[in-house]
Formats: sequence, C-alpha cells, structure tokens
Amino acid sequence: MELFVQSVISGVLLGGLYAAIGVGLSLVFGIMGLTNIAHGSLMILASFFVMILSQGIMGSVIPALLATLVIMAIIGAVMQGALINRVLDKGAEPALLVTFGFAIIIQNVLQLIFGADYKSIKNPLASVNVIDTKWAIVSGEYLVNFLVSVAVLLALHFLIRRTKLGRSIRAAASNVIAAELMGVNTKRTYIYAMCIALITGSVGGMLVGRTFGFYSYSGMSYLIIAFGVVVIGGMGSILGTLLGGVILGVSQLLGAYFFGPGVQVLVGYLTLLVILTLRPRGLLSNMTRK
Amino acid sequence: MDEGVLMTVENLNAGYGDFRALYDISMRFPKGLIVSIIGSNGAGKTTLLNAIMGVNKPVSGKVTFEGEDITGVRTSSIVAKGVTMSPEGSHVFEDMSVHENLLMGAYLTRSKEKLGRMLERSYELFPALKEKSGQLADFLSGGQRQMLAIARALMSDPKLLICDELSLGLAPVVVNDIYNRILDVNGDGVTVILVEQEVQRSLSFSDYSYVLVKGRVVMEGVANELSEKEVKDAYFGINKYA
Ligand SMILES: Nc1ncnc2c1ncn2[C@@H]1O[C@H](COP(=O)(O)OP(=O)(O)OP(=O)(O)O)[C@@H](O)[C@H]1O
Ligand SMILES: [Mg+2]
Repeated sequence: MELFVQSVISGVLLGGLYAAIGVGLSLVFGIMGLTNIAHGSLMILASFFVMILSQGIMGSVIPALLATLVIMAIIGAVMQGALINRVLDKGAEPALLVTFGFAIIIQNVLQLIFGADYKSIKNPLASVNVIDTKWAIVSGEYLVNFLVSVAVLLALHFLIRRTKLGRSIRAAASNVIAAELMGVNTKRTYIYAMCIALITGSVGGMLVGRTFGFYSYSGMSYLIIAFGVVVIGGMGSILGTLLGGVILGVSQLLGAYFFGPGVQVLVGYLTLLVILTLRPRGLLSNMTRK
Repeated sequence: MDEGVLMTVENLNAGYGDFRALYDISMRFPKGLIVSIIGSNGAGKTTLLNAIMGVNKPVSGKVTFEGEDITGVRTSSIVAKGVTMSPEGSHVFEDMSVHENLLMGAYLTRSKEKLGRMLERSYELFPALKEKSGQLADFLSGGQRQMLAIARALMSDPKLLICDELSLGLAPVVVNDIYNRILDVNGDGVTVILVEQEVQRSLSFSDYSYVLVKGRVVMEGVANELSEKEVKDAYFGINKYA
C-alpha cells in the first residue's frame, strides 16, 4: 500500500514535468497546425547548452538557463522565420518535413561534438528528500521539477489568456484571415509562438537533464513523451497538457508498481490508446483550428 | 493622383488556379462616399475584395490606396494603412468574448485613450453588443455577429471600411438597422464599400454603384440615377445567355 501511494505521488510529480515537455508541442500544433518533430531534439539541445554554460563561463544553473532560453528563442525565431513560415502556405506536410530535418541535423551535430555518452547537469538537490514518511518519500528534485513545470504552465496560461500577444496568438490560431484583417501579421505571430514553445521546452530540457541525464539522441524519446501528453490531454489546451502529463506519469508508475518497471512505458502508452479510443481528440481540446 | 479618390482598382484580373474569376476590373472609390458593388452569387465580389485586401494575389492589375500601390501587400500591412474589412460570413473570433473581439479590432492601436474612445463608439453604434460584451461571440445571433464584425473592423479607426454581404442570412429589419449604422459611420467621414447581392437596398444606401456579372463590370453610375430595372436586366440578362 505504501508503495502504491508512493507511485501515485511520484507519478503526479513526474507528470508535471511531462506536461512542461509536451506543452510546446501542443502550442505549436494548436496555433499553426504543425507537428514539430524537432521538439524533443531542440529540448535536448537546450540540455546541452545548460550543461556547457553551467560548467563553463556561467558557473551555475540559473544564469546558464537564462542564457539558454535566449539562445533557444533565437534558434526558434530563425527556424520559424527563415524556414517553416516559407513552406507553411503549402500545407502542414512540407513544414513537418522541415522539422524532421531539423531533428536529424540536431542529433547528428550533437553526436559529432559530444559523442554518444550520457551527460547530466549537476544537481545539488539530487539526494535531498523534502518529505520522508512511512507513506511516501518526495525527493527535492522531483518536487522542484513539478513546481517549476507548473510555474511554466501557469505563466504560459497567463500569457495566452491575459495579454495582447496571447490574444493575437489565439486569433491567429482560430482564424488566420480574420487575424490578418485585424492587422496581426500572423507569420510574425508564428515566430513568437515558436520562441515561446522552445522556451518552455528548454526549461523541460534543463529539468530532464538534471534528473535523468541525456545524450545526443535522447530527443526522440522525449518527443514520444510529448506526443503522449498532448494526445491524452488534447492538442492546444494548456490545462489538458497538465492533465495529460499527470495521467501519463501516474499510469507509468502504477504500471511499474503492478507489473514491474520493465513494462512501465508500455502501460503508459496502453493508457494513451485507451483514452484515444474513448476520446479521439483528447480529454480537453479547446483551441479549435479552422 | 486624383485628390478626391481614396482607392482605385485598375485592370484587375484574378482567379483560382486556371479558373479566371475577374476580368479587367477598374473601379474608383472617392473619399467620403459609399460605393456599392452589386452582383449575384459567384459574380466575383469576394474575390475582388480579397484581392484588394491582399488575402489573394491578383494575376495582374493594380490596387492603389491614397495614391500608393498596395497590390499584393500583406493584409495586415494594408490594415495598418487604414483599410479594414468585415468579411463575408463575419468571421468573428468565436472563442473570444465580444469585448476581446473588439480589442482585436484595435490590435494596431497603441494609445489607451484612443482605444477607450473607439470602444465607446462601438457600443454607441451597436448597444446590443454592450449587453453581450462579456459573452463569447459564439453565442451571438446572426445579426449580432454581423454587428460585431463591423464594430470590430471600425475599431482600427479606418479611412475605408469594406463590408462583404453584411445582409447575408439576416432579417430585413436587422439589415436596415445595420445599414443605418453604416450611414452614421460614413457621416463620421469613413469611406465605405458595400458589397451586396440585393439591388434595391444597395442603390438606396450608396452614392455610386458598380454592377458585377460573371467577373466583369457591366454597368456603373451614380446610384440614384441607375434604375433598379436596368440593373436587374443587366444582372439577369447576361446570366440568361451564359
Ligand atoms: N477558393 C476558391 N477556389 C476556386 N474557385 C473559387 C474559390 N472561391 C470562389 N471561387 C469561384 O470564383 C467565382 C467568384 O466567386 P466569389 O466568391 O468571388 O463570388 P461572390 O460574388 O462573392 O459570390 P457570393 O455572393 O456567393 O459571395 C465563383 O465562380 C466561385 O465558384
Ligand atoms: Mg462573396
């Protein structure tokens, strides 16, 4: 029983992190109908940046993360502005191929520079438990991951729902021509949206890099997690992303509890399949695309 | 450039792929007037407006605004110059409140004070919107949607307002009410282009009219000098042989 409670708690905490990993994918799809195949690889690229910068000139994780967010936003702007925007008029498939190409390039460049070894970002919280009772142990690291992720989701929710930029993003998402008729340059809005998505993904990359470690090809596994989260929660919904993350996290850890750790990923995706069968558009899908 | 003319369309040709929808359209929209473009289903009215607004690129020809060539310019940049459109079928943002829709209309407005003024004017023109201000646009009636689309377009404080079939699917009383508001807006100094299928109302609410049949201008003139019968003959006559 203790282990069951522990699995649920850890699952929820892990799910928060999963949500931060998935929300950028969801945002980009909700706004421009594009599945960003490079989402996971860009996330891991951010992990590498945080690692190098925190070891080197920056000295610690926070300034390294801030610098990484700036770098990733620039990468996002260039990728969207110079490449994806150009092909997006021709439909979603060419744009999807561009992101696929990006994923491959990032992986190979990382492989060339860093090889195939596992890396990790130094983490002072790794062995600190903030709660330690008979029922459950909550590691400081998992708690921080969860809280930072929820903070990212809340900030994003505020941005989308309460700011002028967010309103223009919602307008572009729901009706491109009407948004242009309001004076919104929707191509520029897409650039902002991609930057925001990569910023959230980079925070996810930093957290993952501290907790699990990573190597040049880790991006694809995280892309799959992001997919899972987004498919369960519903594309384009921030709240849905959180729900999707928590459901995926809890079902994975309960899967490990009942059937052993070897099948936890499998159980996670079986849950996904069940939900997808019952609710093909995900649990909460609210950014309707036309 | 002719001082009194706000917008011109010169020898415009447009279509979709191999299909030609507009042939050599030339029109002038004088400052301060209401000009109507009358045409039946599929005449090419929306195609023309989309070409003007940069939604679709014309095959050839030219659109000018205040003497400047704006052919093929990005829609949002044309809006920034002072042209605004209430599109066919209103296209309100259904997942936003009425108030948020209006704020979207003022997207390019930086001044808070001006924004407040424009909001006040919108609600003054369409009191029905004020009552619904907090509601999602999805819950509005057809007439209210059309009002919102017009009010939203006006939030940018435009020099030229274009309305594409604002009477579509609405009861005649509602349409007349909205038309009277268009007259008010015109009274504020906004030049207006009205696109409609219905001959009589278009003639009575505009200063000058163009009749569009199968992608061609077949008749034009000062609205109260055109007879409804002549316009209708032109309108249906050509269709008969097509
Ligand atoms: N997206 C499109 N692709 C192909 N053909 C189109 C498209 N839109 C319109 N057409 C065709 O172009 C012609 C002109 O259409 P348009 O929509 O401009 O007419 P309209 O005068 O606005 O008609 P309505 O009164 O029905 O709105 C029609 O023959 C129509 O079938
Ligand atoms: Mg039309």
